[in-house]
Amino acid sequence: MRLEPFEAVVRRHGATVLRVCRAVVGPDAADDAWSETFLAALRAYPELPPGSNVEAWLVRIAQRKAVDQLRAAARRAVPVADLPETPSRTGLPGEDDGELWAALAALPDKQRAAVAYHHLAGLPYAEIAALVGGTPEAARRAAADGVAALRRRYRGELS
Amino acid sequence: MTPAHALDALTARLAVAADDAGLLDVAFTTVDTPVGPLLLAATPEGLVRVAYATEDHDAVLQSLADRISPRVLRAPARLDAAVRQLEEYFAGRRTAFDLPLDFRLSAGFRRDVLSHLREVAYGTTASYAALAAAAGSPRAVRAVGTACATNPLPVVVPCHRVVRSDGALGNYVGGTAAKRALLTLEAAA
Repeated sequence: MRLEPFEAVVRRHGATVLRVCRAVVGPDAADDAWSETFLAALRAYPELPPGSNVEAWLVRIAQRKAVDQLRAAARRAVPVADLPETPSRTGLPGEDDGELWAALAALPDKQRAAVAYHHLAGLPYAEIAALVGGTPEAARRAAADGVAALRRRYRGELS
Repeated sequence: MTPAHALDALTARLAVAADDAGLLDVAFTTVDTPVGPLLLAATPEGLVRVAYATEDHDAVLQSLADRISPRVLRAPARLDAAVRQLEEYFAGRRTAFDLPLDFRLSAGFRRDVLSHLREVAYGTTASYAALAAAAGSPRAVRAVGTACATNPLPVVVPCHRVVRSDGALGNYVGGTAAKRALLTLEAAA
């Protein structure tokens, strides 16, 4: 097994990592989290054992960068602007789907992370447990509780 | 911005940040030319690879990842001068390339041959035999052919100017049609 050119890694996994970053830190800070994730990944890439699960590796890095972002945001403590009232037409969180992002942002950290990693990044619960701590069963419960809370708070359709 | 555009912008920004951080081991871009799209790749030391489409650009990028570093990103900025000079060359307005070159993909006798290729002037040709003699091994005609066939920097290092002693065109890494096109271009300018 050989390592692919990093360009191919960005092409294949860039969209998933961006979805995870948006879910965890919100659409505004997501671009910076994405950039820091891939820059850190590029730095470490030559030492990645060939055959590794590249997506899980990237999501682990994104998790660390997202935590850094949330800490920095907490220090800055910027007041929140009014949230848009436009209902979703697609059921998927898009760029302008402020309502779903707001609902996602309102979840407790563990639920939001579990929803993002399982439903957006497609990671198994065992992998999520390794990322956020706790057991796979706890991660499964957090994701289920998070989706249930989203269904209550969000008027659009969830896919 | 649509997600695809957002990702393109982020990917372009990543290439710039990677270069600033000293993590861009291989930068590449592609340029459209009269002999088809050429892949250009550069290390921080200089242009390291020019590849014709017939060589399969994805395969070439994988081989750069294997032989130099997997830190390979599309980063056109490092190749701005190379692209500009190639465009001038194909427009008939440039007869020599003035670019830092990285010859690490070529070694030994092949590398000697490539260095002598730079003495074959624009608009002229040399035979494989003459080049073998210039490289100090007059009997190594076939090895000169191999050196030309494996030239990592075609067009810029002008292996297309090497032809057979009987006047025939000889083989070319980009195909004989491309070789003929380059020699015609140089003869007309």
